[in-house]
Amino acid sequence: MANVIEPGRLTKKDFETDQDLRWCPGCGDYAILATVQRVMPELGVPREKMVWVSGIGCSSRFPYYMNTYGFHTIHGRAPAVALGVKIANPELSVWIATGDGDGLSIGGNHLMHCLRRNLDVKILLFNNRIYGLTKGQYSPTSEVGKITKSTPSGSADHPMDPSSFALGTNASFVARSIDTEAAHLSDVIRRAATHVGTAFVEIYQNCNVFNDGAFDAFTEKTVRAERQVKVEHGKPLLFGAANDKGLRLNPRTLSLEVLKLGENGATLDDVLVHDETNPTFAQLLTRMPFPEFPVAVGVLHATRRPTYDGTLRAQQKAARDKFGTGDLQKLLRGGSTWTI
Amino acid sequence: MTIAIESRPPPSPSREVIRGAVVRFAGDSGDGMQVTGDQFTAAAALARNDLATFPDFPAEIRAPAGTTYGVSGFQVHFSSQDVFTPGDAPDVLVAMNPAALKTNLRDLKKGGVLILNSGTFSAANLKKAGYEVSPLEDNSLEGYSLLSVDITKLTLAAVKETGLSNKEAHRCKNFWTLGLMFWIYGRPLEPTLKWIESKFSKRAELVAANIAALKAGHAYGETAEIFQHRYEVPAAPVEKGEYRNIGGNTATALGLIAASQLAGIPLVLGAYPITPASDILHELSKYKQFGVTTIQAEDEIAAVCAALGASYAGNLGVTSTSGPGMALKMEGIGLALSVELPLVIIDIQRGGPSTGLPTKTEQADLLQAVYGRNSEGPVCVIAASTPGNCFNMAIEAVRLATKYMTPVILLTDGYLANGAEPWRIPSVENLPKLDVTFRQDPAGFHPFLRNPETLARNWAIPGTPELMHRVGGLEKDFDSGHISYAPDNHERMGKTRAAKIAGIANDIPDLEIEVGDPTGKLLVLGWGSTYGAIREAVQRCRDRGLNVSHAHLRYLNPFPKNLAALLARFERVLIPELNFGQLSKMIRSTYLVPAESLSKVQGQPFLIAELEDKIRQLLES
Repeated sequence: MANVIEPGRLTKKDFETDQDLRWCPGCGDYAILATVQRVMPELGVPREKMVWVSGIGCSSRFPYYMNTYGFHTIHGRAPAVALGVKIANPELSVWIATGDGDGLSIGGNHLMHCLRRNLDVKILLFNNRIYGLTKGQYSPTSEVGKITKSTPSGSADHPMDPSSFALGTNASFVARSIDTEAAHLSDVIRRAATHVGTAFVEIYQNCNVFNDGAFDAFTEKTVRAERQVKVEHGKPLLFGAANDKGLRLNPRTLSLEVLKLGENGATLDDVLVHDETNPTFAQLLTRMPFPEFPVAVGVLHATRRPTYDGTLRAQQKAARDKFGTGDLQKLLRGGSTWTI
Repeated sequence: MTIAIESRPPPSPSREVIRGAVVRFAGDSGDGMQVTGDQFTAAAALARNDLATFPDFPAEIRAPAGTTYGVSGFQVHFSSQDVFTPGDAPDVLVAMNPAALKTNLRDLKKGGVLILNSGTFSAANLKKAGYEVSPLEDNSLEGYSLLSVDITKLTLAAVKETGLSNKEAHRCKNFWTLGLMFWIYGRPLEPTLKWIESKFSKRAELVAANIAALKAGHAYGETAEIFQHRYEVPAAPVEKGEYRNIGGNTATALGLIAASQLAGIPLVLGAYPITPASDILHELSKYKQFGVTTIQAEDEIAAVCAALGASYAGNLGVTSTSGPGMALKMEGIGLALSVELPLVIIDIQRGGPSTGLPTKTEQADLLQAVYGRNSEGPVCVIAASTPGNCFNMAIEAVRLATKYMTPVILLTDGYLANGAEPWRIPSVENLPKLDVTFRQDPAGFHPFLRNPETLARNWAIPGTPELMHRVGGLEKDFDSGHISYAPDNHERMGKTRAAKIAGIANDIPDLEIEVGDPTGKLLVLGWGSTYGAIREAVQRCRDRGLNVSHAHLRYLNPFPKNLAALLARFERVLIPELNFGQLSKMIRSTYLVPAESLSKVQGQPFLIAELEDKIRQLLES
């Protein structure tokens, strides 16, 4: 990236705009915004080289509050608009703010193709398992039987897991974090920022108006240690208040099991060590049923592969090397011609 | 084409000199009729005939052999005079099987030349085409100058030595037929021989077989002594210059590359494959050395959004599509006009509604283009009139989009896209200069600051220090660009967006009379691809003494500012369109003129005769 500035020269304040924040008081979006604004100055990217693109929904108001370039587009289409932005100017640091409705329902197609292409953009998906801006209908991540205004008898469709979906598209970076856990979220965003390729970050975000407490079962201070496993590359998958529980693989059923150190002879050697380069491993972590298993957060998967924008740039360079810079008059005279 | 002066070579004594001819090749979609037509056209172009072509093929890639719905056709009109259309009725019909005969015979001129491949007139093929008795045996072809040849057998004999499989040998029939047609019209074989060598360079046996077939067909004409005449069509007197043959989609693609170079901003095409627009994607993807990026997007919506994202970041965002794709793009176009960014949308219209007639032509997306957004969503709409004109209108679309910070919809159609005509190659220095500047100055900046003359907002692109700002589809405050839900501001912004588009009328040429007097009894007002047919029909009626003139719109929104005055100078106005009267509606509601509509919605262009009949009916009744 050209014109990298010294990290730390900018402050959180430099990334704030003069716009009034229009989220409901108590919304998880405030916490995410504050964390992002705190992390951005560390990245060393000048504000004018950063673009936030969003679709429609509560999360998609995000660009208005970031003092960078910002494009609030149409419902679900942020990855498609970001595609054009990044292709037009690869020097830009392009970020997408989206939600479970915007990114997975109306915009599921664009998200899928963005991830498989590995466009060099960063995606923050705020998952609150509800439609907020349209006032409380169930979303593609809502649990079955969700009672809402549009589903008074309970929703009939099975939810999807955003991170599992991302892994299914061959995403090169998939991570999970939680709105209120600022330190963890900061680490994840830092990792996403430095990833070359599409970085997908699912953030569990509380909608205190329409779906309050949706994630309390594993985010409340009192249960958090027992109900979350914070994954780190190369480290054993341990959790629990006493850090005495772990995940092991049952090779006969190709499934995970929870063990307790010291019980039935289980030792640290039985505990799986997280390998973020292995997408199958990550898929197992996203598919653990809750509450029998903890919820995995952190960088679930990260790998390097060619980016879409990088490949297109290489093709253009190859064409110029082969044919020289295009000569318009020659082009117009192409094919068989005759003179009168 | 315009008339110029050129002495013509004397005709060779053995040939009858004719003014021109309309030839149609028809066969199975696997028979290679499009290749045959292309090569026959190239030969006419090299002989400096003026010409126009019209390929007509089914949507199915390979419909079952021998069926009527699998018939593919290619019509070419070549002449020593100006040519404006591919011609109404063919003078010569080449039918490669009974189905091709069945579906095309009704168009052949009475007494016209009919060349049949009798080798395909088997009982099975006759049945598939719906013949109970072979037309070769029931005297139903008596009114034509019939040449029935077993092309299949003669081709197989000609290529026998090359060792091709039976299936591949059969596929050489089209070159045998082309050889015969070349003999009839005295065309040299060399350009096609060269083409075959380069086309099949990886398979020597195919080169040998197709050349053998071509030469055998030619020799057949020479030795069989079945033709009364060979024909010669002298060179057409056209403007001096260097020419090439060009189809509408190629011309559009070249126009976009030229515009990108003239404006000094890289071209980004977002597109999703759709008939008949895909060739623009194919063509542009070949020119990366011109800084062109093509994105085959996941859908039509992503294609327009990616183009818009590219424009937002300071490139030239373009998307190409056809009717159904246009419908899908509409929300994206609405966003583009709301955030006031340049965007070029090319709609190669086809028969609709819904999937409709993918490979056939229509002009029925006009109202969709002009009025198709939610709420008040004015955009600029222009249309090309001939294949070559697509080049100029593509540049014009870019000029207006970047100057006025607006989406511009360029309408062409299947007829223009796939049709071809000789095109005088423009000199790059004579092309219009496109002036694109990005805002740099932070003093007093807000994103919706406007040029007081054009009302275009300033284009400030990411990467520019001190100009960080946010835009979006929510309503903007006129004075700051911030989100605003204020009632008066919303109306003011709506009126401003409308005034900006209306103001483009001051920046486009006045509408001119193409043929005829500037005042009179009847004005035939057309738009888009009907240009050639209307022009020729009006000229023929004038030759007969009728008081009729032709004007042709290339700007549909806004209209040229002299249009009201021009309409007022005629007693009556006739608007022929390949739709149920969409321009008529616009003209009637805008100018309160009782324009009469002539509609055709058959997936086919107007015949000159259809227009002549209507003009005569209006003026002679």
